[in-house]
Amino acid sequence: MEITLPQAVFLFLAAVISVFSILTVTTKRILRSATYLLFVLFATAGIYFELNYSFLGAVQLTVYAGGIIVLYVFSILLTSSDSQKVDKIKNSKFFAGIIAAIGGATLCIFITLTHTFPVSHFVAGEIRQKVIGTALMGSEKYQYLLPFEAISILLLTCIIGGILIARKR
Amino acid sequence: MFDFAVVTHWVDTTLRLFLPEPWVTIAEFVLIGICLLIAYAVMALGLIYAERKVCAFFQCRIGPNRVGPYGVIQTVTDMIKMLIKEIIEINHVDRFLFNLAPYIVIIASLLSFSCIPFAKGLEIIDFNVGIFFLIAASSIGIVGILLAGWASNNKFSLIGAMRSGAQMISYELSIGLSILSMVVLTGSMQLSTIVANQADGWYIFKGHLPAFIAFVIYLIAGTAETNRGPFDLPEAESELTAGYHTEYSGMHFGFFYVAEFVNMFIVAAVATTLFLGGWMPLHIPGWEAFNTIMDYIPSLLWFLGKSTVIVFIIMWFKWTFPRLRIDQLLTLEWKYLLPINLCNLFLMVFVVVFKLHF
Repeated sequence: MEITLPQAVFLFLAAVISVFSILTVTTKRILRSATYLLFVLFATAGIYFELNYSFLGAVQLTVYAGGIIVLYVFSILLTSSDSQKVDKIKNSKFFAGIIAAIGGATLCIFITLTHTFPVSHFVAGEIRQKVIGTALMGSEKYQYLLPFEAISILLLTCIIGGILIARKR
Repeated sequence: MFDFAVVTHWVDTTLRLFLPEPWVTIAEFVLIGICLLIAYAVMALGLIYAERKVCAFFQCRIGPNRVGPYGVIQTVTDMIKMLIKEIIEINHVDRFLFNLAPYIVIIASLLSFSCIPFAKGLEIIDFNVGIFFLIAASSIGIVGILLAGWASNNKFSLIGAMRSGAQMISYELSIGLSILSMVVLTGSMQLSTIVANQADGWYIFKGHLPAFIAFVIYLIAGTAETNRGPFDLPEAESELTAGYHTEYSGMHFGFFYVAEFVNMFIVAAVATTLFLGGWMPLHIPGWEAFNTIMDYIPSLLWFLGKSTVIVFIIMWFKWTFPRLRIDQLLTLEWKYLLPINLCNLFLMVFVVVFKLHF
């Protein structure tokens, strides 16, 4: 079988994502876990770049790699004491986790296999910035992203709530 | 004006004569990577030499003057010393994270370095969200600094890393907003388009008042973003020895050091591209003879010259102002720069909507 260059790149990224996802949850040290998660997010951004969707790739890099991971690392540095190793998991929790994982995996595989995907039509080249802009701010059909973002004011209320709780003495 | 695309096209066609399609791509990747690394290293050496000389002149000294004429080879010998130094393994640290941190910092720096349009036809990554990608790539560096501070298992390093993290996250807002005001004016995020639009006048003149405010804020925030004086409290020598890279030795320390200097150049280069016309020569509408003469100066020289001026201004900051305290630093950002920036963004939108710019 001939493997083309994009396929090779995809296989590499997929391998990175799977290996580091597993390492993220199996490692015993919490900061290492955050670092492995960073690699997973990098590889995901790589897939977006491979699909020529550089906008989403850059968003992935700023928001997740540059934002969320920094936030995680910050909170780990501020909260965790010298006992940074995770406690051993109880047996009951372990089995519950296994069952949840298997259940989730079956559901995902079942949906992926039964769902009929529409034929992909791949437009060569990058998406123009104007298209993304109108999709973000427009109010026509398929242009609902701004109201969606407005819902994320919920996040803001969460933050304010968090501050209020933290301030309580 | 010489177009570097001629050279790159020639390399491309020559490679296509000898190699099959996928191997051409791989060979070009490798070639570009080598050129980029060489440019990065040379840039770092030049900047370190410039920093030493500028610092010396500000302090009424001569600076490096023994190795080579005017000491120009001093930094090269220092680099060789750094390369052959032993990398000391430290006990009781997380080896993996400790060794990984400098690489994250240097990769983030290299990735943003590769976005810069250096000359006509000489740009490596040219996405249509170019400037956004550049900010995204440079924001990864914070993770490396935080990891370095944590993994060193040293309280000074940790404090340095925390200060650095707080500082870079805060000042990224100002950088983002001032760039956003310029994007409003340009109507494009692609770096090559931004440069091409400035053929008939640089944006700092075209956008007059709001562009100038954005330029000043960008310079302040950019200096803070690169952890340079007067914002160098992550590595304040008198209190934290060297901050987050105290425990590093050999080339691992070198990576932090080099990345800091090239980040300063990247800040200057982005300022050049956004405000001062990138590699575009100075054109004054109406002065045809003057414009033709200016066209004869190569675009690479224009770009490097403008960046050098801005780099000099940033160095000037460092040797003029005393170091800020952390609370003063955060006050400056959150109470002054951020509100000014938001108002400036509004002003810029106003100017663009009513076509008050040139």
